[in-house]
Amino acid sequence: MITVENLTKTFPGSTGQVRALDGVNLDVAAGTVLGVVGPSGAGKSTLARCVALLERPDSGAIRVDGTDLVSLDGTALRAARRQIGVVPQGDSLLRQRTAAGNVALPLEAAGVAGPQRRTRVAELLDLVGLTDKAGSYPDQLSGGQRQRIAVARALAASPSVLLADEPTSALDPDTTGSVLAVLDRARAELGVTVLVVTHDMGVVRKICDDVAVLEDGRVVEHGKVLDLVSDAASRTAASLLPGVDQNPALEGSFDRVADVVLIGFAAVGALLPEATSRFGVELNLLGGGLTRLGETPVARFRVGLKGERADSALEWISEAGGSVRRTLSGPQGVAA
Amino acid sequence: MRSATPWSIVFDDVLVATGETLYMVVVSTLIAVLLGAPVGIWLQLTAPGGLKPRPVLHKVLGFVVDLGRSMPFLVLLVVLTSLTRLLLGSTIGPTAAIVPLAVGAIPFVGRLVQNVLAEVHVSVVEAAVTTGSSTVRIVRSVLLRESSPALVNAVGVTAIALLGYSAMAGVVGGGGLGDLAVRMGYQRFNDRYLWSTVVVLAIIATAIQFTTNRVARGVDRRRTASV
Repeated sequence: MITVENLTKTFPGSTGQVRALDGVNLDVAAGTVLGVVGPSGAGKSTLARCVALLERPDSGAIRVDGTDLVSLDGTALRAARRQIGVVPQGDSLLRQRTAAGNVALPLEAAGVAGPQRRTRVAELLDLVGLTDKAGSYPDQLSGGQRQRIAVARALAASPSVLLADEPTSALDPDTTGSVLAVLDRARAELGVTVLVVTHDMGVVRKICDDVAVLEDGRVVEHGKVLDLVSDAASRTAASLLPGVDQNPALEGSFDRVADVVLIGFAAVGALLPEATSRFGVELNLLGGGLTRLGETPVARFRVGLKGERADSALEWISEAGGSVRRTLSGPQGVAA
Repeated sequence: MRSATPWSIVFDDVLVATGETLYMVVVSTLIAVLLGAPVGIWLQLTAPGGLKPRPVLHKVLGFVVDLGRSMPFLVLLVVLTSLTRLLLGSTIGPTAAIVPLAVGAIPFVGRLVQNVLAEVHVSVVEAAVTTGSSTVRIVRSVLLRESSPALVNAVGVTAIALLGYSAMAGVVGGGGLGDLAVRMGYQRFNDRYLWSTVVVLAIIATAIQFTTNRVARGVDRRRTASV
């Protein structure tokens, strides 16, 4: 696991000091994937560089399995770097080395002997599904393949933490999927703790357990993705859930109008029909839609209800695990 | 009107001069590369944004290098006479000319190597840093290996520059093709000497360029393997 404690970093700017990180705290449990998101200029890159031990923060700590790595130097720093595998931003492969040679680089640095090195390289190429490209040079690989090799290289020295800095920013949507699948596989098969810094909410949607929203060098939101999406006020929910269009004219004809967030197969499939039959209300879907967060289907619907027991129906949905927020255009005259 | 020198004599003289020139160029290039490359590596490592940024040291080193490069070779040839005597016990002949040739080319090689190393993309270098590699390993396996084709070309550029400078070696009795062209061709109006040395110099320069191009392509693995 990795924890970031009260990390602060300022840079000299043209108009005085620029505070890139302002007391950042993060906590990533072992074997989970945290996505750090935020607009450009929020401090994502600086955070990634600090965690990669390429930049030294002004203050704060970065602990991997309890040990603070920030203040280390020399040999101790180099050893610490092997605990954090890094997939750097941009093209980072050695162009004069084969895919296998690139994956071997951290093992050479760690002094792993030839035969073990070859075995380990083969394992990692298999993990990222590029065994047949072992002898290819980076110029002969596609962008997605190069990025998967970069992931394999980052994992070579068996780090407990994997940091990926914008791993998909240069890729098209199809190849993005293959790179994310490899990150997910690393977590599942190697139990690595993964920290992904990205501007792409799609990454959060597909592989992240937790998310941290960074803004002006501060963490403004941090938690489990599935918890945050049921919090109507959260930015994570706003950007991950299907949008709902406003349609006051249509909504006006219902007794109750509400936004309902449903998480999981059971909730998405059964909750609304059951509410309809239990309370004898008419329930219409006015907007919203269905998405997936990792393996979990998640829906946000705007529903309009007609019937005397509309309030009871909404309350029941809420108790059964749906997250219900009544909209302002809500109550018409329902017989109390 | 004098009769022209017979071609057989011209041929023999040009042959001897070619040997002297090749000797001076090859040895001085070797020395300049061996001593200049570490200077270039050092310049790049200490540069702002380098692996071991040392701004003051970098500036001082850069200043010394530029000072060396700004020195006209003819002046260097004379200024370094005492160094040559100290090293070799003599200040005349092709071997004596090698000292100023090599010394003059060290800062030149230093800047060339630095520029070549600076072309290795920062994300590639940082990726190696995050693997916990030592600086020595990064210089060897990343900086030098990644830029090896360009480094080979830099050696060629140096050799051709030294081929040009070696023409001035005649000042200290170094001999060589340039000296022959000036003494026999220019000062004695002997066209056979003049043109034959020019042709041989052109052939040598072309051969150096051709060879380094081939070697550079040979060490470049970027597109040599089968897809």
